[in-house]
Amino acid sequence: MTPLEVHGEVWTLKELFTYPNEYIYWTLQIVMYPFMTGLVAGAFVLSSLYHVFGIKQLKDMARFALVFSFALLPVAPMPLLFHLQQPLRNHHVFMTPHFTSAIAAFGLVFATYGALVAYEIWFVYREHLVKTALSLRNKADKTMSEKIQYAINNLLTFGAYDISEEAIKRDEKAVKILAGIGIPIACFLHGYAGFIFGSVKANALWMTPLMPVIFIMSAVVSGVALCMLTYIVTMELRKIFAARKKSARSYLSPDEIKSAEINEIRLTSKYLILFMIFAISLELLDLIFRGYTAVKSWDILRSVIYGKDFVNIFIMQYLVGNLLPFAMFLLPGLTIRRTVIGTLLVLFGVFMMRWNVVIGGQSFSLTFAGYMHYVLPVIPHNIETYKEGVLGGLTVMATPYVLFWMLNKIFPIFISEGSH
Amino acid sequence: MITRRNLIKTGIAGLALPLASAKIINAAETLFPERFEKPNIRWVFLVDTRKCVGCGLCVKACKHENEVPYDTNITRTWVERYILTKDGQVFADSPKGARDGFIDKKINLGEKGSRNVKDEDIQKAFFVPKLCNQCESPPCVQVCPVGATYKTEEGIVLVDRDWCIGCAYCIMACPYGARFFHPVHKVAEKCTFCYHRLKKGMKTACVEACPFGARMIGNIKDPDDPVTKIIMMERIAVLKDEYGTSPQVYYLGISKEVR
Amino acid sequence: MKNYVLRPLYAIIALVIVVLIIREFYVPKDFATHGESYMYGWHRKSNEDEWKAFKVKYKFDNEYCKDCHSDKYDGLMQAPHAIIKCENCHGPALDHPTDPSKLIVDKSRELCIRCHASLPYPQSNRANIRGIDPDKHNPGIECSMCHNPHKPSLEGMK
Repeated sequence: MTPLEVHGEVWTLKELFTYPNEYIYWTLQIVMYPFMTGLVAGAFVLSSLYHVFGIKQLKDMARFALVFSFALLPVAPMPLLFHLQQPLRNHHVFMTPHFTSAIAAFGLVFATYGALVAYEIWFVYREHLVKTALSLRNKADKTMSEKIQYAINNLLTFGAYDISEEAIKRDEKAVKILAGIGIPIACFLHGYAGFIFGSVKANALWMTPLMPVIFIMSAVVSGVALCMLTYIVTMELRKIFAARKKSARSYLSPDEIKSAEINEIRLTSKYLILFMIFAISLELLDLIFRGYTAVKSWDILRSVIYGKDFVNIFIMQYLVGNLLPFAMFLLPGLTIRRTVIGTLLVLFGVFMMRWNVVIGGQSFSLTFAGYMHYVLPVIPHNIETYKEGVLGGLTVMATPYVLFWMLNKIFPIFISEGSH
Repeated sequence: MITRRNLIKTGIAGLALPLASAKIINAAETLFPERFEKPNIRWVFLVDTRKCVGCGLCVKACKHENEVPYDTNITRTWVERYILTKDGQVFADSPKGARDGFIDKKINLGEKGSRNVKDEDIQKAFFVPKLCNQCESPPCVQVCPVGATYKTEEGIVLVDRDWCIGCAYCIMACPYGARFFHPVHKVAEKCTFCYHRLKKGMKTACVEACPFGARMIGNIKDPDDPVTKIIMMERIAVLKDEYGTSPQVYYLGISKEVR
Repeated sequence: MKNYVLRPLYAIIALVIVVLIIREFYVPKDFATHGESYMYGWHRKSNEDEWKAFKVKYKFDNEYCKDCHSDKYDGLMQAPHAIIKCENCHGPALDHPTDPSKLIVDKSRELCIRCHASLPYPQSNRANIRGIDPDKHNPGIECSMCHNPHKPSLEGMK
């Protein structure tokens, strides 16, 4: 019989004086969790900039961001499922929620938010759904896939086939209202992810009321960056397709796409910079405040922040993940290539921020007299080291793109204005 | 104008409503007596660190009694050793939670190896047994998202092994490092003050296993309980009370170096 | 056709109702707030009984042992080791003598040196126990070869 494995022991190295039961219990997947929810919230906020504040230039990006946010949505709880020791009991959060726990609200807030985004998408795409359904209905010899598509479309319209001008106006109004309600809910969804950490009074690094706000800001930053990046990728793909099928009916020419693309990107990058300033200011405020007030825990925190985690925090997160992309976006004449590198760096920076909070918060002992070092499992040797290792993380990261691809079949992101 | 008579009248009228509601509560009490029964028990623990010799028999007994896999490093109770040198350094360790006791002078520093402090360099050295503090305001219970951990009416914090989802939030919330995952049941695990023994009128396994009387358990609601008497009359301390948890494991002879 | 705006909402409400119905059947009936507050008392009541039914392994009652092993008991009670409960060395009684019929005695050096490895810690009771250096004091030999654990004083030497 193989010896029993204690959860956490395999990836925790303990140093100096730690309590016997202390291990790194919240690992890579708990880094992924706020990272993914952050992307959801950020993407939604971006789409709302168009719908609520009427920033017209963002129209194309808005629809894209909305569907992408919806694709990311099921992925937000995925890291939690990977992390739970009893994943098959996850529904207990809905069955017997204990609302004094920050996690208990997750089920409800998450479900509410999901419903709201779905609702909004329905209004945005109703016209398209109806048109597709009607054109398929009239088609005489439907193939199997067309039959299925018709069935899905028909179901999704909820029988609302009215696409008169008046009805479309009503749809637009509804979208605006829903997007308006959605912003606070998106912020709440992510703010309380910050609250989950910020309210743990036993953890000296986590406990700060700034945590939820810091989380929201970095969420928006990461969400916007990912939308920009994915947008560029899809646009580039479209360019390739457009060049290939010059005669195709609904495609724009590569040049048209290119000019539309760079305009959207330049504008979005301004919002990215704005939110980055907020995020960095708050993080620095937190750091300065801790050093200045220097309570009991500061000795060990200082040794972690300026010592053991120096590279992770100051080089990886602040320099590579914040300062460098910040400069790249500020320099005039922003190009697509520079944007791609910049957004990648921003995403990396936000990921490192989550890492430094979650792992950094557990890198010192509750005794304040010892350290724990996290060794990320790369090659899994059992289910646990898969779930909470590199491969588990990659699984979570890849899932939204699969979902995005599937959703795109029903809710096409790019409906060219002249195509119908 | 408010006359005395008026005052009495309004007073009576004002009383009528609360009285009526009190009646409803009484009715509820007769219908569901188990909900209103207040047991006159609140279990607390007392550790006299001066008596502890660091033999770890308490840890051994606990692991066997409570089916915590013996050869794993996690444990419901443990003993820490503190050594202060004459030049002011503090060393502490608890190898395997002191399951095998402290049998040599080497201090375990984890990944940093071990360290020997010469007898003549020791200024102060002692042992401190630890276990769940069964807090009056347990932060671990507060953060459980599904109601799988709770405080019983006798003040003991338990985990429902059939309901716990294994999110580890409670483990993160405990400032004392008292919680861990059970390697077999894959749910949060912690000291129960040997709930099953207390309910049978027995004392906890660790209290019984200690040959030196360093561990005691008692009912703080009983003024004649010897433990209550010590807590009331002696100078006692608790661990990390700055977290506002109201820990219910009391210590005699503790020192500021104790974490 | 004007009310179509609310149709997805009806679907959402229907979904919520379904979840609530499932909840009604799934959640154990005794899951409620028991005790002083929702914060600390929200749980399944019957879990308390499950913990209550947890099997006791150690009797830690020397009187229980005395009934059959009075000879050993009487001797031990005269010795300084009287403070050590039988089961600390003889293992948990469980349902002895039925099951197991024999207990396994721990005669290892490791058991004895838990207390008797010399650690001269001034503020600890450990300093008051007679100790040896396990590396130098007849290493490799079981202590009980020379010492009688039930009569550990020097007169009891074998």
